[in-house]
Amino acid sequence: MSLAELQSPQHREHTFGLIDETAKREIRRATLKAVCVPGYQVPFASREMPLARGFGTGGLQLTLSMIGEDDTLKIIDQGSDESVNACNMRDLITRVCPGVEPTFKTEDASIVQTRHRIPETPMREDQTLVFQVPYPDALVVVEANEARRVQMHGEADYARLFVKLYEDIVQYDEITLSHRYPTRIHGHYIIDPSPIPRYDVPKLHQSKQLNLFGAGREKKIYAVPPYTDAKPLEFQDVNFRVEDHLDDGGRRLVCCKCGADNTFLDELVLTDGSRAYACSDTEYCRRMVQQAKAASQTARGGVS
Amino acid sequence: MSYVAIKGGENAIREAAELLQVLRTRGSTEGQPPLSPQAIERQLHFLHSQVMSEGGLYDTQLASLAVKQSLGDPMEAAFLLRASRSTRPRIANTPVIDTRKMRLIRRISSAFKDIPGGQMLGPTPDYTQRLFNWELLDESGESFRNKLMQWTDGLDVDSTESAEESPLPKVLDFLREQGLVDDAPEPCDEPFDITREPLVFPVDRSAALATMTRGQQGGIVALAYSNMRGYGDVHPTIAELRVGYVPVELPHPVTGEPTEAGEVLITECEVIAMYERSDEASTQRTGVGDTVEIDPEAPPRFTLGYGACFGHNEAKAIAMAILDRSLQKGMRDGPSNPSEDPEFVLLHIDGIDAMGFTVHYKMPHYVTFASDLDRLRKTQQQHADKKQSTETESPVAEEVASP
Repeated sequence: MSLAELQSPQHREHTFGLIDETAKREIRRATLKAVCVPGYQVPFASREMPLARGFGTGGLQLTLSMIGEDDTLKIIDQGSDESVNACNMRDLITRVCPGVEPTFKTEDASIVQTRHRIPETPMREDQTLVFQVPYPDALVVVEANEARRVQMHGEADYARLFVKLYEDIVQYDEITLSHRYPTRIHGHYIIDPSPIPRYDVPKLHQSKQLNLFGAGREKKIYAVPPYTDAKPLEFQDVNFRVEDHLDDGGRRLVCCKCGADNTFLDELVLTDGSRAYACSDTEYCRRMVQQAKAASQTARGGVS
Repeated sequence: MSYVAIKGGENAIREAAELLQVLRTRGSTEGQPPLSPQAIERQLHFLHSQVMSEGGLYDTQLASLAVKQSLGDPMEAAFLLRASRSTRPRIANTPVIDTRKMRLIRRISSAFKDIPGGQMLGPTPDYTQRLFNWELLDESGESFRNKLMQWTDGLDVDSTESAEESPLPKVLDFLREQGLVDDAPEPCDEPFDITREPLVFPVDRSAALATMTRGQQGGIVALAYSNMRGYGDVHPTIAELRVGYVPVELPHPVTGEPTEAGEVLITECEVIAMYERSDEASTQRTGVGDTVEIDPEAPPRFTLGYGACFGHNEAKAIAMAILDRSLQKGMRDGPSNPSEDPEFVLLHIDGIDAMGFTVHYKMPHYVTFASDLDRLRKTQQQHADKKQSTETESPVAEEVASP
């Protein structure tokens, strides 16, 4: 092997999964440790990815470190398979992982990589949900210094988070934390569940799937294993509340496309300035529309 | 050899400047052509933008020349523009520019999926995969041209259709209608002119915005990033980010009527911050020790941050909007983080100031260092004397002082 050969274009091709095998192994070790100590943030030597930091490099590294050619992959961004970042990420992973099947269907995917949502379709034990995480540490809202935060986690010292919630209630009569809701895992570590809406937090509790969280920029991996307790912080007399999606009259808003009244909705601003609502999980929404069509056709068929 | 400021110095600096030209032209023997200013403006689009923005002067040709003359050092190039600008008189102030009239090349909102007028990605590296494009290593003139032709084929590039579109409403207008964010502040009659007046703290918001708009991109991004990472709590959502050309008006020399004099490429960003007590509900502090009066009747609202700069510099505009928000908070409640402290932010983000002082340490400091040496030797002597005297007093000392 000469230097000239090494510099030739065919040697510029990348390995399966883009990152080198030793890097993948290191990431998998950190992942195993994260699974063994639920909610604990495991530091790892996060690599620079071909996407900018903040665009999901933590989730990407988790996926690339464990994906094989038999896997089927779904990638969503804020619930949508078709948004620019999801398309780009899917394109990259399928390009560097020949054989991996992309899918939009939650039930067909062995790995679902997500930014800011948990799919509406319940997941199974044989599936893994990979989260892209901007802020891995729930304590960052009350303590900026990382060394001090590590100590607080070790001592399960979360008093200041409760004080923050209490101050909110005093000042606004309401907890103002909207997403990234601090959630206690297995009775000890409190995690930042990534910016999923509060609506999705209960889906982490005793979930069937393995949940892995990757923060690329902040170089941490943590996990909520299957059948593990995940409890959002609350007071005995002021309970955790999800987004209620009620209109001004107190009625539950429904999706303008499929009519679902039990999903997380996106607010849309129409050209005339009015507002409309649609499922944030676009694949679920499409399936509901198809089912409704099929049902109406069967009904019509029954009449004839 | 030392570089002492004596007669040889004149020769030395002349030769050093010549060597810089040698550094720049050493490819000429291999048939390398000199860079053309047009090529710099077009092919180094983002560097060109950064230099105009930090130079605080919108002149596309001078910015190209600055990049060329500085061998591509963005700080040096911005410095050339700044130094050139200093030689020019101020002729007039333009009326406030309504950015709704922007001829857009890019417009996105992270707050809503669908916005009136739609999301418009335009040219952006955001969703490119950072893998090398080996084709660019030896790009021929033909393939270079074909890239453009493929895209523009069948397009009527001279069409003025896009320019005639009605101005797109701002996402913020829509949120204001619902009472979710503060009303737009009244434009100040006379913005603070940082090119004609020194910053004397406390400064008003217009002085802060003017300082940030020509601040060094890396510095602004770093300080805003500290706020994002926990040393602060802006938690921004981008209501709208626009890149495009805005018309600039000047009073007509004869009639005095506002007349369009041309257009400038700018990047503009409006961020919504996590809601708090509304800015309108509390009077701005004008000095240290002022009490903040709060109107308990005012409802909580989202607060805002604004960033805008010459050229196409999205990271800078976003970071500036975040710092605008954190500084407003600091001005109102007192700073609790570096990014909320007007002095800390505004006196350290100017690239020309910071770069100049950083490199000034390369100048001879023989005199001051001699003075430092004198003090150190003296204090070492004192230390030794003291040690000796204690040893002579206590004969049981275990250690013997070295001579």
